[in-house]
This record gives sequence, C-alpha cells and structure tokens, in this order.
Amino acid sequence: TEQTTKRMAWVVQVYAVRDNQDRAAFAELFGYFAPRVKSFLMKSGASPDLAEECTQEVMATLWNKAHMFDPTKASVSTWIFTIARNRKIDILRKQRRPEPEDLPWGPEAEPDQADAIGLQQETEQLGQALATLPEEQRKLIERAYFGELTHSQIAAETGLPLGTIKSRIRLALDRLRHAMK
Amino acid sequence: MMNDMTKIKHHLTEPLLMGYAAGTLPEAFNLVVATHISMCDDCRAALAEYEAVGGEVMMDTAPVDVAEDALAATLALIDSGKFADKPAPRRTKDSVFPGPLQDYVTGDIDSLKWRKVGGGVSQLVLKTSKDASVRLLRIPAGTAVPDHGHRGTELTLVLQGAFTDEEDRFGAGDVEVANEDLNHTPVAEEGMDCICLAATDAPLRFNGLVPRIAQRFIGI
Ligand SMILES: [Zn+2]
Ligand SMILES: [Zn+2]
Repeated sequence: TEQTTKRMAWVVQVYAVRDNQDRAAFAELFGYFAPRVKSFLMKSGASPDLAEECTQEVMATLWNKAHMFDPTKASVSTWIFTIARNRKIDILRKQRRPEPEDLPWGPEAEPDQADAIGLQQETEQLGQALATLPEEQRKLIERAYFGELTHSQIAAETGLPLGTIKSRIRLALDRLRHAMK
Repeated sequence: MMNDMTKIKHHLTEPLLMGYAAGTLPEAFNLVVATHISMCDDCRAALAEYEAVGGEVMMDTAPVDVAEDALAATLALIDSGKFADKPAPRRTKDSVFPGPLQDYVTGDIDSLKWRKVGGGVSQLVLKTSKDASVRLLRIPAGTAVPDHGHRGTELTLVLQGAFTDEEDRFGAGDVEVANEDLNHTPVAEEGMDCICLAATDAPLRFNGLVPRIAQRFIGI
C-alpha cells in the first residue's frame, strides 16, 4: 500500500544517513518526525523549550545510531519513539535508564528485505487499528503512553475505578491485536 | 543466553511491559524489567509490540512546530560530536548478573557487600530514584523469607537457584508479581543459594512481631 511505501521510504532514508551521512535524507526524516517527537514530549510534560531541545537531541541520536537500526525489528516510527522515550527518562524524569542486553548478532549482515516490508506493514496496520479504536479507549492508551497521568490519576479524573481503567486499556489492546490478525 | 538452560514460566505482566515501553515506571521497576528481558525472548518480543503501539501513538499526535533553525541546530549538534548515546549493556561472561544489573553492582555474588537482614537472609540495596526501591536478596538454600504481605507492588526476579511460595515454584528467570492481595512465605530450594532481584514501590508488611521490629532497621 501507499502507507507501507512511505514507511519503506523512511527505512531507505535511515540507510542513506547510515551509509552516506546523507543530509538531504536526514532533513526529510527531520521534517516529518521532529514535530511529532516534540508533540509527544510536550504531552509527556515537557515545556516547549525543553521539548525543543530534547527533540533536537533525539534527532541527533537518530543520526548517531543509524547503524543500529534494524527494519526487521522495528519500524522507523517505533525506533524514533524509543529514542524519544529514552530521552524523556534521561531529561524529564532525570533517572538512570536500565536497558536490556542486545541480542547477539546473527550471521546475516543485512536484514532480509521481505521481513522488513512485513514488519512495516504490520506496524502500519497497528497504526490504523489504533485510529479506529473507540475514542474513549484510544484516549486511555494515549494517556498511559504520555504518562501525563498514572492509572490511578486517570481513575480519579474519570471517576472510573482502577480495575475498570486497567481492563479498558486491556480491552483496547486486545482489540488492537485482533484488528491486526 | 539463559533461555537455552532454563524454561521461564512466570513472565512480566502487561502493565509492566506497557509501562516500560512508555517510560513511565520507577527506575527500580525498569531495572527488573530490563533484567528479565535480558533473560527472556518472549517478553522481549512482547515489549517490541508495546513499543510499536507507542510509536503509533506518537505518530498520531498533532505535530508541533519546531524552531525555525531546528534542523541547522541539530546538524550542528551532530557535527560537534559531543552527543553520543551509551551502548546497550553487556553481561560479563559467566556472571549471574545480566547486563543491565551490572551497571548497578560491581563484582560477583561473593565479592558484594551483603548485609544480613535476619534468618540467614542477606540483601544489597541498589541505588535508584526514590519512587521505588530495589535490592538483591540472597536466601540460603532451604531458608524461608519471613511471611509478609505487600502495600504496593513487589516484583521478585530469580537470578540463581529457585524459591517456592504459596503461589508456585519460581526458578531462574521467573518473575513473581505480588500485589496487596498476596501474603506469602518464599522458601529457597535446597541445593543452591537463591539470588533474587526484588523491587517494591511500597514497604512490605511483615506479619510476625519480630520481623516488624526488624523492618525499621532493614528498611523494607
Ligand atoms: Zn518473560
Ligand atoms: Zn513478597
């Protein structure tokens, strides 16, 4: 689909950054993702100035870690999200950030193209499924990711008991999985 | 990898995976999650799904204008070369402590500064942010941790050996998630000291009088 083509184009742009330090490709990625990273950081509680600074660091990290990107494991959007999430913990929450060990490198030097396309398609379906969730469920998921509120704060604000919030988030996630099958 | 040697039966819960993916957990919990994932490919795959959801949530937010010179400033930051992220942690060969834990402890089991907490059990509190706490526990083979309840959430990840409580048996790589409704007495299996990584976001509640007094001193 058109959307998957767009996602594969991002993959190619990350490769161009990795292989040729291609500034035009980087500018394309920057133009699309930086405003969304900044939005995510502001929704996560950063002031506009801090979010701006943090966004530039996230995009610089993308450049520096381009060699780590594997399109069979993550879509570019997922990968940039994890970089932004990590920066949020470093800067906004000022905590150390334990990370899992990397998987040992497999024998294949270059990721398989068909696997990469498959993963980009799945992520695209996930995005579409998220967009079609009932408004209330989608909002709960968003708020859980922004961390703007803890589950118990959402409970206090919506007047729903904690168990209900948890089961609605769960329901939304089940629906997402189902929509992707 | 640990997976070849042991079969992990008890995994992280969905709220924990989602919280790790979102970056909203206390540091102490993040450490337990990252350590378990270093031992468990199932939870690694599940985390990747939650991160993909996070990516799509981010993509779905209304874009916010960045500064006019943002791209130039970012390229300057890149050119300055001063901006490098740290590499993912690695495990020293043969260590009981997976990579993420090795950033918090130096040395191996016998060289750590364990402090006795009674009943033969020793602990080592790790330094993290204050919203939750995490410690290594060393429970001698055949020994019980005093019967206790929980005020918040307690995560116990087995690194070596095994323990059994009212719920089940927990071996290397298994994580027990205990909430307010669980009262338990974990007993380490015979044969080998049980080493656990345990995180709590509220003090434990010991049921016997003596442990309750001890609690004031050991701080759990
Ligand atoms: Zn697991
Ligand atoms: Zn317990």
